[in-house]
Amino acid sequence: MPLDPKGAALGLHRFGLGPRPASIMAIASDPRGALLAELDRTNVGQIVNADLPTSGAANRAVFEFLAERSAAQKREKKRLEAQGAVTANPAASKDDAPKRDAMATALPKIETLPLPRQIFLNEARARVDAATKAEIGFVERLVWFWSNHFCVNADATVMAGGYEREAIRPHVLGRFVDMLLAAEGHPAMLVYLDNAQSIGPNSVAGINRDKGLNENFAREILELHTLGVRTVYTQEDVTSFAKVLTGWTLLQAVSDPDHGGEFVFIKRLHEPGPQTVIGKTYPDTGVEQGRTVLRDLAAHPATATHVATQLARHFVADDPPPSLVERLTQRFLDTDGDLREVARALVTASDAWVPERTKIKRPSEWAVAALRATGVEIDIRRIMQAQLLLGEPLWRPAAPKGFSDDTAAWLDGLAQRLAIANAFAQREGASVDAQDLAETALGPLLTDHTRRVLQGAESRQQALALLLMAPEFQRR
Amino acid sequence: MTTSSLHAPTRRELLLGAGVLFAWAFVPRIARAEGRDPRFLTIVLRGALDGLAAVAPVGDPDWISLRGDKAMRLDGPTGALALDGFFAVNPAMPHLHRLYQTGQATIVHAVATPYRERSHFDGQDVLESGLSRPGAVDTGWLNRALASLEPGERAARSRQVFAVGPITPLLVRGSAAVLSWMPPRLPPVSDETTMRLLELYRHTDPALARVLEDRIGIAAIARAGGMEGKPDATEGPVIQSGGIAQVRAYFAEAAGAAAKFLATPEGPRVGALAFDGWDTHVNEGAVNGRLANLLGALDGAIAAIETNMGAAWSETVVALVTEFGRTARVNGDDGTDHGTATIALLTGGALKGGHVIADWPGVKDTDLYERRDLRATTDLRAVLMGVLKDHLRVEDHALATHVFPGSDGVRPMAGLLA
Repeated sequence: MPLDPKGAALGLHRFGLGPRPASIMAIASDPRGALLAELDRTNVGQIVNADLPTSGAANRAVFEFLAERSAAQKREKKRLEAQGAVTANPAASKDDAPKRDAMATALPKIETLPLPRQIFLNEARARVDAATKAEIGFVERLVWFWSNHFCVNADATVMAGGYEREAIRPHVLGRFVDMLLAAEGHPAMLVYLDNAQSIGPNSVAGINRDKGLNENFAREILELHTLGVRTVYTQEDVTSFAKVLTGWTLLQAVSDPDHGGEFVFIKRLHEPGPQTVIGKTYPDTGVEQGRTVLRDLAAHPATATHVATQLARHFVADDPPPSLVERLTQRFLDTDGDLREVARALVTASDAWVPERTKIKRPSEWAVAALRATGVEIDIRRIMQAQLLLGEPLWRPAAPKGFSDDTAAWLDGLAQRLAIANAFAQREGASVDAQDLAETALGPLLTDHTRRVLQGAESRQQALALLLMAPEFQRR
Repeated sequence: MTTSSLHAPTRRELLLGAGVLFAWAFVPRIARAEGRDPRFLTIVLRGALDGLAAVAPVGDPDWISLRGDKAMRLDGPTGALALDGFFAVNPAMPHLHRLYQTGQATIVHAVATPYRERSHFDGQDVLESGLSRPGAVDTGWLNRALASLEPGERAARSRQVFAVGPITPLLVRGSAAVLSWMPPRLPPVSDETTMRLLELYRHTDPALARVLEDRIGIAAIARAGGMEGKPDATEGPVIQSGGIAQVRAYFAEAAGAAAKFLATPEGPRVGALAFDGWDTHVNEGAVNGRLANLLGALDGAIAAIETNMGAAWSETVVALVTEFGRTARVNGDDGTDHGTATIALLTGGALKGGHVIADWPGVKDTDLYERRDLRATTDLRAVLMGVLKDHLRVEDHALATHVFPGSDGVRPMAGLLA
């Protein structure tokens, strides 16, 4: 088979996380075959042997941490009051350790940070490691895609990292319905979309407490996770589905030191009776009532179209070719939502390989591509800071819709990207030969013009910044 | 559990970017035995500073004809600041001028490293490695100088030490462990880098070019030279410098912070940092354009160092060095191209300053190196050796063999220190 380094470079950038040294030639004999092979690798997409707590354990530990901190502050306040001192200003001492020595590079050890921050950073580190170590990164890209599709928010819950490992990764090459059930039943999601507090108006708790339904969760499942907005459902469907989902909540760490933070169905909160969702009536079977609706939603053709469109938009173009969307939709329907088969259909579609690279990488993809190409290892906090400055803070989308897949949304941050590239290059550029790196990271995608610009740069640092900002490295 | 503040970005979280200061935590033992506590800061100006635009030979009869209306002169609304009757400093640098007049600054002119080609990368390697030619090296002269010193008591006893490997400038890489510190903001992107990227986009990706043009806030597209009030200058759009306030703030903050660390009794004693953006191929603007802005920012950085050093300023030497100079003449784009000799600036209260050291080669066509560049008549290594010897007490043998190997015939310049 003739070598296809251009296809290899395109595949690595478009479907993967960018080349590492020698990646392009490693898959040049059969770029598509290499992508397909990654789908079949044992444990691909899973984070194994990572010393990370389950969502429930994280939830309980953070509850204890915050409770103890609060008690310590109150104890201190009482002590000061007993001394007759002027009331201390609790806000001033609350979160910050004593002013740290700036010379100590301003980054304290992660183990010394407040527990929620430690958990977040360890989860983030594991995720970035998985991305930088992946041979191509196609499956990691799929994980990122699905995690964003079923997004939660780390501002709302300490379980965001655990959620991705527990609900998304196990099913990334499995069946859509299983991922759907895992995601919607995960405590992180129930907290994020307010279902943990949703109470059936006619449930025991609803009557006793005169509290009610929260429709947020049901609406977002229909609009964002399954059927898609303005498709086949009505407001009544949203309300009925919300009732179906009442009782899906989590055990509270305050009352359950062993299982707090884990999923529980509480019948006392659940709206009794049958509900009709999109023309079908579901008898009240408790937690199974909701699961049955989710299974039907997963099998609905509108869901197949919605998911196929999102996938094609993410990987190929803002306005993906209809033929590609059709192909993915059909494959989804034909295989009962087998996501490995849908992924195969994506990389074997000729219109997914159009040479025009119209999309720019998301900040997270771009940052990881830079790390993969250079082999540089940097503190996870700097990576998180970069994503934050570029508008894609990890697991913190502005809304349940997740981060946008429109190129226009990310173009706005181009000047900030330059600032980040410049900062990275100032730090790392002395030891990097940008001209060699350009061949490593872009291969045949590197244009002569860019090559000349890199040769004429005023410093290694400037050359590296320009390479990371070059259209060939920004687009995929 | 819901805690909305868990991941709100703190200021510290936003810390990011270049490690600008790399510092050594020890007091040199011999100096300490003499009752001194010297501070030494090296600032690398990456991109090749136009020495003739920073310090002009206004007394050279060939000067005006060399640079024409781009030549800095003593008269006129933006007159250069006279130093010694022959040389004058750019009017953007009043602090340097004041320090010179009070004996706290020395300018070495027509100086260069031994490197005679014109590649930035190789030139910076030679400047920072201290070797006589480019090539694979992994240690810098400043680190080797420190390694040759006998450390006295550890000054920075309470500080963490960061072994620095590949992330530090070559200048300070080596066996002597150094600390690093990062300024609490992103370093500014130099206009030079932005313009090069914009040019790249214009040639290869017009969509990205449009976005970048919008985002970098080009206030107006001026005609070339318009910033210097010459409506009839050559054509071609230029970006009006929008980020100079940011550059000024950054230079002053980074240098000022470095000085604070060096001034602290238990702080480090030797440091290095780098400022970019000196590669002025197009619309150099030596008098009131881009280079003037950069020199002004550098002058502000010098002032910040002086202020923040406090009493320790009297024991301080700051060396500002660049990889090479620029062409003696202005090119077709009102800029200058890569050249050879340039200036080195020394400032600090420990100096016996107030003079320009130059074996002036002249700027007639036949005086120029390869008929284009200011000829190098002083070896930069002699200057650095002189400071290292008389200020930090690095020994002659170490200077000749370890710090600047291959420097046969180069002797430490004497008399720089008070």
